[in-house]
Amino acid sequence: MSTTKYLFSGFGGQGILFIGKLVAYKGLIEDKQVSWLPSYGPEMRGGTASCSVIVSDGQVGSPIVSNPDVLVAMNLPSLDRFESAVVPGGSVYYDSSLIERKVKRNDVKAVGVPATKLASENGFPTLANMILLGKILSDRGEFSDEGIKAALGKVISARHADMLEVNLRAMQLGANYKE
Amino acid sequence: MEKKVLMKGNEAIAEAAIRAGCRHYFGYPITPQTEIAAYMAKRMPKIGGTFLQAESEIAAINMVYGVASAGLRVMTSSSSPGISLKGEGLSYLAGADLPALVVNVQRGGPGLGGIQPSQSDYFQATRGAGHGDFRMIVLAPASVQEMAELTVSAFDLADKYRMTSMLLADGTMGQMMEPVALDDLKINPMPEKPWATTGTKMERKRNIINSLSLVPEELEQFNFARYEKYAKIEREEARAEEYRMEDAEICVAAFGIASRVSRNAVDAAREMGIKVGMIRPITLWPFPKETFKKSLSTVKKYISVELNMGQMIEDVRLSTECRRPVTLCNRAGGMIPTPEQVLEAIKSAANGGEN
Repeated sequence: MSTTKYLFSGFGGQGILFIGKLVAYKGLIEDKQVSWLPSYGPEMRGGTASCSVIVSDGQVGSPIVSNPDVLVAMNLPSLDRFESAVVPGGSVYYDSSLIERKVKRNDVKAVGVPATKLASENGFPTLANMILLGKILSDRGEFSDEGIKAALGKVISARHADMLEVNLRAMQLGANYKE
Repeated sequence: MEKKVLMKGNEAIAEAAIRAGCRHYFGYPITPQTEIAAYMAKRMPKIGGTFLQAESEIAAINMVYGVASAGLRVMTSSSSPGISLKGEGLSYLAGADLPALVVNVQRGGPGLGGIQPSQSDYFQATRGAGHGDFRMIVLAPASVQEMAELTVSAFDLADKYRMTSMLLADGTMGQMMEPVALDDLKINPMPEKPWATTGTKMERKRNIINSLSLVPEELEQFNFARYEKYAKIEREEARAEEYRMEDAEICVAAFGIASRVSRNAVDAAREMGIKVGMIRPITLWPFPKETFKKSLSTVKKYISVELNMGQMIEDVRLSTECRRPVTLCNRAGGMIPTPEQVLEAIKSAANGGEN
């Protein structure tokens, strides 16, 4: 049985919960069992936000991810807090334009993407989260325009349907990024 | 395949309630259940229902009393401190034999406590929600799908027995999203309610809804009759899930989010060759006593896993008549036990330790 545990983390407002939701929906479309659990409360209001996502072939037990296979850190406090929790052999994706230090552990795969910088340069300054997610999915061999579009269609409300293309473009940018 | 959508537990409760025919919601916002009110605020006006944000929890529960008296499906929701405020109203609903749904998405206490998930209102829900001799049917969902299914069951049971049902969830269950198949919900028609105060049209004797009864001989009879009903519910409505219990020598007892955490631990322990299973009560009242009694044939030790200082553990001891040791594996105050913590407790029990 294959299970992947994701932990997405960053500042409130960076779209942490959104990319978590996208991964969950992508799993649902692919007929997997999924769970999505946000941190909630005062820390969501401008502080650090995090969200646990589990995608599995079998039943999901605890929805709480304490030891992620994949950690996404979009700010330094998140990397400081969660780096040590990643399972050995897991991976850490971080926004290298906001986090100046490197990942300290050498038993995980560390991938820095200057997502915020790339987002600003390409005219979608709020989509750094999508760039990072694009890179993750591409590294995992799970990036296909059709699959992403289908998931985006579930997460983006009909009212904002015009945002689908630009989100996809941001993800493609991330997918094609080479360190 | 049935159509599945991702929904938060809180939203699933609200949508399921609407599908079950509930058109009246009264509440007052409190974390971590506010999505229920938000969902109702959006949907109720579109389907001819009533959403009302009351001036307080106390006002909300008394509005529930009013609509229930008129024989319509009605609900309120809150989180721990708010449920305490509703206590008086819950007792009045019981005294007037009124069906209603009350949702408690628990957070850590006592007092104002915190906003993180907890199961520390177990005693309140199963024993002492308010003054007087009364019970509520208490349902404990362990997935978002069950949040929806048990909401429907809660309305059905409340109407069937003319009493309050409580859905006892927690902050995690309320906030998490999982796939839900809403079209699979089995919706039964609401039974006739000849007792409801709907206007006599001068064609029948008037109905009276009241919990005041000043003649002790009469009040005693009302209590006797109510407890006959409760006895029937205890015989017929107890529900539990048994997980890997066939040959289990160690039994984990856990409900709601604690059962999700425990499931991982049971699987991990089974891989180590430990004969362990789990009984997950779905109804907390009536407590699934028979399931526990039956388990005595193989089980040597019980571990109660809870997000509180040990409350359900008393029911585990009572239903096994203290014939086996029962230990507690817990976190409190908004903390959640990890699968590793539960696994340690299982290993310790398997190695002959008390805990």
